[in-house]
Amino acid sequence: MRLPCPICGERDRREFYYRGAALALHRPDPDAGDEAWADYVHLRDNPAGVTRDLWYHEGGCSAWIVVTRNTVTHEVLGAELAEGAR
Amino acid sequence: MRFSALRILKEGLTGNKGWTPHWRDPAPKPAYDVIVIGGGGHGLATAFYLAAEHGLTNVAVLEKGYIGGGNVGRNTTIVRANYNMPGNSEFYSHSLKLWEGLEESLNYNVMHSQRGVINLFHSDGQRDYAARRANSMINQGDDAILLDREGVRRMVPYLDFENVRFPVYGGLYHPRGGTARHDAVAWGYARGADMRGVDIIQNCEVTGIDVENGRVTGVQTTRGAIKAKKVGIVVAGRSGQVAALAGMRLPIESHVLQAFVTEGLKPCIDQVITFGMGHFYISQSDKGGLVFGGDLDMYASYAARGNLPLVEHVMEAGMTLMPMIGKARVLRSWGGIMDMSPDGSPIIDKTHIDGLYLDCGWCYGGFKAVPGSGNCFAHLIAQDRPHPAATRFRLDRFRTGVGLMDEEGTGSQHNLH
Amino acid sequence: MRLANRGMVDRNAPVTFTFDGVGHSGFEGDTLASALLANGVRLVGRSFKYHRPRGILTAGSEEPNALVTLGSGARQDPNVRATQQELYEGLAAQSQNRWPSLDWDLLALNDLAAPFFGAGFYYKTFMWPKAFWEKLYEPAIRRAAGLGALSGLNNADTYERAFAFCDLLVIGSGPAGLMAALGAARAGADVILAEEDFRMGGRLLAETHEVDGKPGHLWAAGLLDELASMDNVRLMTRTTVTGAYDQGTYGALERVSHHVPRSRAPLECFWRIVAKRAILAAGALERPVAFRNNDRPGIMTASAVRAYANRWGVSPGKAVSVFTNNDDGYRTARDLVAAGVHVAALIDSRHDGPDLPGVHVIKGAQVCDAAGRKGLESITIRTHRGEEKLLTDCLAMSGGWNPTLHLTCHMNGRPAWREDIQGFAPVPGMIPGLQAVGACNGSFSTAACLREGAEAAEDALEALGFKPAALELPQAEDDPFRIAPLWSVEGKGRAWLDFQNDVTVKDVKQAAVENFRSVEHMKRYTTQGMATDQGKNSNVAALAVLADVTGRAIPETGTTTFRPPFVPVSIAAMGAGAQGKGFAPQRFTTSHKASIERGAPMIEAGLWYRPSYFPAPGESNWRQACDREVKMVRETVGICDVSTLGKIDIQGPDAAAFLDFVYTNTFSTLKVGRTRYGLMLREDGFVMDDGTCARLGETHFLMTTTTAAAGEVMRHLEFVHQCLRPELDVVFTSVTEQWAQFAVAGPKSRDLLDALLDKPLNGPDWPFMACGPVTVMGVKARLFRISFSGEHAYELAVPARYGDALFRELLARAGALGGGPYGMEALNVLRIEKGFITHSEIHGRTTAYDVGLGKMVSEKKDCIGKTMSERDGLIDPMRERLVGLKPVGAVKQVIAGAHLFEVDDAPVRENDKGYVTSVCYSPTLGHMLALAFLKNGPERIGERVKMVDHVRKIEALCEVVHPIAFDPEGGRMRD
Repeated sequence: MRLPCPICGERDRREFYYRGAALALHRPDPDAGDEAWADYVHLRDNPAGVTRDLWYHEGGCSAWIVVTRNTVTHEVLGAELAEGAR
Repeated sequence: MRFSALRILKEGLTGNKGWTPHWRDPAPKPAYDVIVIGGGGHGLATAFYLAAEHGLTNVAVLEKGYIGGGNVGRNTTIVRANYNMPGNSEFYSHSLKLWEGLEESLNYNVMHSQRGVINLFHSDGQRDYAARRANSMINQGDDAILLDREGVRRMVPYLDFENVRFPVYGGLYHPRGGTARHDAVAWGYARGADMRGVDIIQNCEVTGIDVENGRVTGVQTTRGAIKAKKVGIVVAGRSGQVAALAGMRLPIESHVLQAFVTEGLKPCIDQVITFGMGHFYISQSDKGGLVFGGDLDMYASYAARGNLPLVEHVMEAGMTLMPMIGKARVLRSWGGIMDMSPDGSPIIDKTHIDGLYLDCGWCYGGFKAVPGSGNCFAHLIAQDRPHPAATRFRLDRFRTGVGLMDEEGTGSQHNLH
Repeated sequence: MRLANRGMVDRNAPVTFTFDGVGHSGFEGDTLASALLANGVRLVGRSFKYHRPRGILTAGSEEPNALVTLGSGARQDPNVRATQQELYEGLAAQSQNRWPSLDWDLLALNDLAAPFFGAGFYYKTFMWPKAFWEKLYEPAIRRAAGLGALSGLNNADTYERAFAFCDLLVIGSGPAGLMAALGAARAGADVILAEEDFRMGGRLLAETHEVDGKPGHLWAAGLLDELASMDNVRLMTRTTVTGAYDQGTYGALERVSHHVPRSRAPLECFWRIVAKRAILAAGALERPVAFRNNDRPGIMTASAVRAYANRWGVSPGKAVSVFTNNDDGYRTARDLVAAGVHVAALIDSRHDGPDLPGVHVIKGAQVCDAAGRKGLESITIRTHRGEEKLLTDCLAMSGGWNPTLHLTCHMNGRPAWREDIQGFAPVPGMIPGLQAVGACNGSFSTAACLREGAEAAEDALEALGFKPAALELPQAEDDPFRIAPLWSVEGKGRAWLDFQNDVTVKDVKQAAVENFRSVEHMKRYTTQGMATDQGKNSNVAALAVLADVTGRAIPETGTTTFRPPFVPVSIAAMGAGAQGKGFAPQRFTTSHKASIERGAPMIEAGLWYRPSYFPAPGESNWRQACDREVKMVRETVGICDVSTLGKIDIQGPDAAAFLDFVYTNTFSTLKVGRTRYGLMLREDGFVMDDGTCARLGETHFLMTTTTAAAGEVMRHLEFVHQCLRPELDVVFTSVTEQWAQFAVAGPKSRDLLDALLDKPLNGPDWPFMACGPVTVMGVKARLFRISFSGEHAYELAVPARYGDALFRELLARAGALGGGPYGMEALNVLRIEKGFITHSEIHGRTTAYDVGLGKMVSEKKDCIGKTMSERDGLIDPMRERLVGLKPVGAVKQVIAGAHLFEVDDAPVRENDKGYVTSVCYSPTLGHMLALAFLKNGPERIGERVKMVDHVRKIEALCEVVHPIAFDPEGGRMRD
């Protein structure tokens, strides 16, 4: 598996750390309430198909990136820097 | 038909003409008391116990493919009850006891082999945690022995004890742990359920869950609508998709876990050995193949296949732990879809919809849980209250933080458990 | 029997070898199989279940029968395919799965009991009495099962792994692969041509076809010369592409030196090939026909018989017969006749097969039985006239060809059934970027292979942006492939499908009767296709039988799942480099050498090595050293390398604001030149890590993490910044390895430093938790007045290159003051006495509240984890919370891992009140101490609990005490 780092170009999966769904980008306000926080921390859309998830180019440029990817075929459709993806 | 050596003898002498189907292939009836969605190990076991222990025989198991085609047919066959956390502790203990009587309950040889499980540790800190876990096991009434380095060496002298990155300090030995013939578990439960009147319906995919006034009334399937008073969802690997049919979003992320088997070899590994430092575990099947696996590939996936980085990492772990397996050749690799939950422990609970029940989140520990999960889920469905061994597997524990069972201590990042 | 003037073995290079101890000879260029056949050896193995005598079936890696063990001792290599193993001088092969000998195998008795050993018999018996499974049945089954044996010794060979990158990966070097490689190479693309065999050319080596007017293998040789001369081409023989993975990654096994005895080269290399495009030209595999006793030694695939004759100059028999359902079988008869071998008959199951001059062709006939237990003697032929016996010592059978499409299905693709070839063929696009051509695409004529190879190269070039080069298609045979399906011959007795696993047509039928009708169920119930060939020889026929018996068409019945690896790959190759210490990096501190010189045992701390203790003369165990070191720190001064703690340099105008967000407590109020202890939560509210953080400047902080969590914290900071607070102007750099840092701890630490530093410390400038720059012998250093021992202490950091020198200097100076180095054991005792937590306590399931630091979660601001840490379940007083324990009963021992109970309660789960995480003997206090988590613990100080450790059989009455057992006011470290 290879991922396109927006900074470094296509790199082997070994260079990346995986975190999970990109909804981690959307941290609720502290007072958003129990439901919003439980959702944020625990619930997942978990699609069988196209998803956006967060990877960290740990063995490379240290960028956190959002990869658009298909969870059924493992096709990678694109990647962008997380800081611009919110 | 009752299976026995005598039956084999009789059939063998008469041309093996008398064998009959292990389960029927009935057409779905218009309505059932209970529909179990998912013909995997857990679903089939649920149906079996609904019939055998709760007298509910007007039950259908709906399977979109062939029964036993998911994780029960694709795992490393390990059966154990060596958990530390309350909740898991009593549940897996209960499950192991069911395993111990399974051949008799099912009249089916699932080859449950209590050959012992050794969890190695490699530092003082790991020894402390192993001891804590061992004490938890004994507190629960299960068996545990803490082995020192020499104790491990006596049992598995072929590990590399001399020149190794993480020297063996000792091991947590669980004599009643072991393995079972995975496919046979699904087939045995299917046959047992079928014999008691349960309809096992293959090639029947659920496409909708019917809810009226907050109560489940049936399901839509590729073979038509079927009414039901109660519906149990037990489809680990696809929990999110099926729950979504009822408008639910789950604390589950699906991941791929690979496992491997080598060509057949003469007996060389007699126990189940786990090597936490390398996320590696291994046993030898009765057929002679080394069956082993490692960690998740670490990305959400429904592909039921993985990639080389993890493959190689598993092989590396094997080579540092027991270099004698180097010349064993990997014959086949496979990947299963794991329901990863936020604390690494499962969910057996009611849902917000009356009559709709959920059994999911087995992470990569579902095989050994098959009897326990089926037994406890059947209890919940039949009696509307949790089985005493599964009271903590609540869906709301993530929201409340009450009774989390984070054995790994890695927190709510699904893939880290 | 060796044939004169045929084959590509080097008749001038004889090679001697042994099989089961008997000496034989062959030639260079032989495989073990071709040499055994040349020597008239027909019985080479035993089957898995019935221990039936077996001979060589094929001429390739798919061989199910001729598996042998090579070598001995730690080099013993089981399950080697004789059909693939190149012969070398002195090769010693042993047969497998027989006892006492291949000729007389006791377990052949199983064959007589076959009626009781049908499909899945073991699921129906061995259930009583229960205890007999582990004690009797299973051990007996295990002993009987398995093929070859591992030596049980540490692997003694070397292996490699490597990466390769290319524009185009061509898999297979037959006519299709060669044309593809040539086309791409001439256009300038980087090409890797991978071939499983030790010689390139594929099927051209085994056939007598002409290509471009020359014998096929000579045409191939010419083309290979051109390829070998090109810089942009890499030719890889003995290399099997084993798996297709995501984004153009392929696994490949190169058998580097299996053919070279005592080579110093690695035995195997496992390649990860990243290819922009790939062309699969893997050919096809011929399949047997199922008929009664079709497993007799001497019954082989027709293509194998032909390959042995044409490539190796060997006839597997003196009177060869052929049984075919397609035209291809005729080629075997034709080539044998040309080679001067007697062909007894050609039996064609079709009525409309061609004629073959010089060969007795029997049309519309079937072979329905074979005789000759350890070597074929005769076959029974059934025609419309009845059955007749034919004496023959070798039967070449052809049931048609299966395209070798396995790689195309490694991403869950399913192949499509083609009526014209009676086989499955790949569906385009199943592996992105991979195109199947030639025989593996179901195109069996040589001309079609050449054409498809050339066309695929053009397609690949276009996709890669290369301009195709001129490529002329050579002339070659373009015979149509004509076949009439025949999967199994009707009749009594057992007809084999899976030779190795002893799966017969009867087994498949019985499985269907028992409702194992799904192809996956049939496979799993009968073990069909689960042998070392993974069904390459048998799966299609088996599912055809299943389709027939269940009244379904073959496409509807479907295939089982194709999974990597294409051929079995050794664990050692895929895990190359990990044996011994190679599994994980080793990290060494700058004081490592000096510590070892002092005799310190080094222990693993994550990836690092740290000294356990520093033994002194007269000490006989670690406890004596540890007690002394603790006393030394408490009374004089001790030195400890703390460089392994993570150090993260944090700079930027918003650094303070950022730290306020990642720590539970506030850092924006911290003054420059001061250090503060910080606690970090995960977003789910549990403790992630702790450590000190120093403010070196207005916009400059240095964060310290625990050794274990350094990487995790770095990742977390980058996550929080880039993903949650990108608006903050702050950057992070890991400087763990840039600084060597030493604790100088104890009442005399100040004296030591004042003498060591270029300028003595000015007391008022250096209160507890102060930090700042200093110089040591002219070297710029950093000093932190922090303490993990509870003593007046400092940590002194210098650039890592000075670490060794500084450590030695510190030890010398400490020694002069009555102090010295201390190790991890003493460090642990010192911190337990002080109730300082480590990852034994913050083990991922504890909250700030649990460890008594709830007040550190600031009420005034948001931080990571704050909201979730306020969940009901995380603030319940009945949670297990940190306390100290002191043994107060007759047993004076406490032990980590023990559980806690009320004094009168039975030690069972329902009564569990907590557990012990850290223990030590405190030389300072004169008794053992523990840190533990106890339900509602802080409210129970002064009460008694029972500590129970079942596994080490220790039970002790303990008093619950405050976790800080020594100097609770902290005066010693502040003064």
